Amino acid sequence: MTAQAELRSPFRVSKRLAFTGLLLPAVGVITIFMIAPVAIVFVYSFLEPARYGGVVWNFSVEGYLQILFERDFVDGSLQFSADYLVILWRSVFQAAICTVLCLMISVPTAYFIATRSERTKPIWIFLITVPYWVNLLIRTIALLFILRDDGPLNKAIMMTGLTTSPLPLSYNNFAIGLGLVYSFLPFMVLPLYSAFERFDFRLLEAAYDLYASRRVAFFKIVLPVMRPGLIAGSLLVFIPSIGSYLAPDILGGGKTLMIGNLIGTQFQGAHNWPFGAALSMILLTVTLIVLIWMARRSARKNTGY
Amino acid sequence: MVIAAFRRNTALGSDEQVRVERSSGETAPAIQIAAEVTGLQKIYNPSTPQAFQALKDINLTIRSNEFFTLLGPSGCGKTTLLRILGGFEAMTEGTCRIFGQDVSLLPPEARPVNTVFQQYALFPHMTVRRNIAFGLEMLGRPKSEVASVVDRMLALVSMTDYADRKPDHLSGGQRQRVALARALAPQPKLLLLDEPLSALDLKLRQKMRLELKALQRETGITFIFVTHDQEEALAMSDRVAVLSDGRLQQVGTPEEIYEQPQSRFVADFIGESNLLCATVNRIDGALVEFRLAGLGSVNLNCSEILQVGQEVTLSIRPERIALSAVRGQCGLGPAVIFDRTYLGNAVEYHLRAGEQTLTVRSPRGGLRGLQDFAPGDSVFLAFEPNAPKVLTT
Repeated sequence: MTAQAELRSPFRVSKRLAFTGLLLPAVGVITIFMIAPVAIVFVYSFLEPARYGGVVWNFSVEGYLQILFERDFVDGSLQFSADYLVILWRSVFQAAICTVLCLMISVPTAYFIATRSERTKPIWIFLITVPYWVNLLIRTIALLFILRDDGPLNKAIMMTGLTTSPLPLSYNNFAIGLGLVYSFLPFMVLPLYSAFERFDFRLLEAAYDLYASRRVAFFKIVLPVMRPGLIAGSLLVFIPSIGSYLAPDILGGGKTLMIGNLIGTQFQGAHNWPFGAALSMILLTVTLIVLIWMARRSARKNTGY
Repeated sequence: MVIAAFRRNTALGSDEQVRVERSSGETAPAIQIAAEVTGLQKIYNPSTPQAFQALKDINLTIRSNEFFTLLGPSGCGKTTLLRILGGFEAMTEGTCRIFGQDVSLLPPEARPVNTVFQQYALFPHMTVRRNIAFGLEMLGRPKSEVASVVDRMLALVSMTDYADRKPDHLSGGQRQRVALARALAPQPKLLLLDEPLSALDLKLRQKMRLELKALQRETGITFIFVTHDQEEALAMSDRVAVLSDGRLQQVGTPEEIYEQPQSRFVADFIGESNLLCATVNRIDGALVEFRLAGLGSVNLNCSEILQVGQEVTLSIRPERIALSAVRGQCGLGPAVIFDRTYLGNAVEYHLRAGEQTLTVRSPRGGLRGLQDFAPGDSVFLAFEPNAPKVLTT
């Protein structure tokens, strides 16, 4: 053994130890707060419901069957029912609209912030994040107060004389959509801002130099180069909004059921934990499919040759 | 024939000559001015405390088919001038014409000009082929034409084998070629190059110099090339414009710039120069006697208008001075060698004479190469009467 190797070997061992030690808390947190709960939900989804909440430890796929079929009260036969699929679809649709709206608002906003001077940039970022110092529940209720029939927004509109009766701004899909956009907008603005920060604006000059109009340069150069930021932002908005609970509950007044509320009621009022767990697994699967699809797409676009 | 004659006529012509030829050139379209900038002022952040004048009263004429270089130290305004020609910056004052058309207010996409950017600015999400095709596609050329032009461009810069790679998978030199091909593909009348070689290593840079020059001759496109590397400028250009501090210092062929610097700045910036303080002692027609502090007197043929007693600067290149151990006919000195540097193909001596220090470069080989001096030696200086350049500014 050379002198050098002798010197290095104890250092290596301690480095490996340090590596494991540093990783341990993260592994612990993920196991306790992510893998374990998901495993519990997975197991519960295959059990029978107890009468007043909780589960009975008998294997059953009733939870999953319930999503697609209705069991007849009299003879117990299964009949197809699209009710829950409609709720799932509505959630996906709302989340998609919310994502598109956030994109449309965030692209110009992020571009604006990224092109400010180094001195004013932090101020704009600060202004974006300030509302998030207040709890989401309080902000959502505040939004409801603004949108109500006798809220300040409707009063202002009626004062202009455009309508005599208040506009239906609250307790509907519009209010839910607005609430979702409002809740998740910064998750779009911030990744897009950092993408614009890294964007090489000389690429735009090169595009203009090669006879591209502003519009074409935006769609052929800016958007494709910013894809990673756009995808990150879209996922960060889409995933929480598909399962969102607060906005549909408060702003929708619980009238239009979303998947998040449906799951909530199974654990609270309806006392059907396995069904709620099965719905959760379905929601998780839908989310994962979207994630994998996005990752595949961006991986394919980025391969070089 | 007409073109050849024109080229010969204007090769060393002054700007006045060019202007005359241009007015007659309107009937003969072969004689053309590629770009013309008049009364250009560029002020950043005007009427604010941060106001900064980047370009001061620039008047410049660039001829068709010319390899024209804007040379100057960093921050001299050369890139700003190029960006104004490309349409990326607005002028504060002045006009800019490209092939006779006033483009002062036109955006980049409306100018018959393409640019090779400093860091190439290749589109990272597109393959080499699509990068090169971009300009042609934007011009709405038919697909078959785009494909054939792109193939030709790929062959021109020997990048055919890399056509389907993305810029991330290319070396610096390859990227540079792609940037060049992309800018040449739409067949611009004028190509702007913003320090395209500065990101390459020395060997590659020297190779690309020759290639660029050959490419310019082949395509006949007017090149406007920005660099801070004087060697590059001298090696490639038909004409060079030296800029300093936002002002045009001198415009001329590489020979004129090197041999006939018109200011202390140009003499100092282009190559190495000994700048010696001298006083006019006696004027006898064209023959002027200068007294050099600490070195004695020298008679030079001089066309400048001077007065007895006037303080001037004599600029003389290190390789134009000969050293000898004895005082010759017109020898200056003595000066004392305080440092000797061996450079391989030459020996560089650093001399002190009174207050002044001088650098002399003696080639190895030839008659002058036979002599060798050591630090501490006292030597005499001699040079041909046309070797120093008298600078009054």
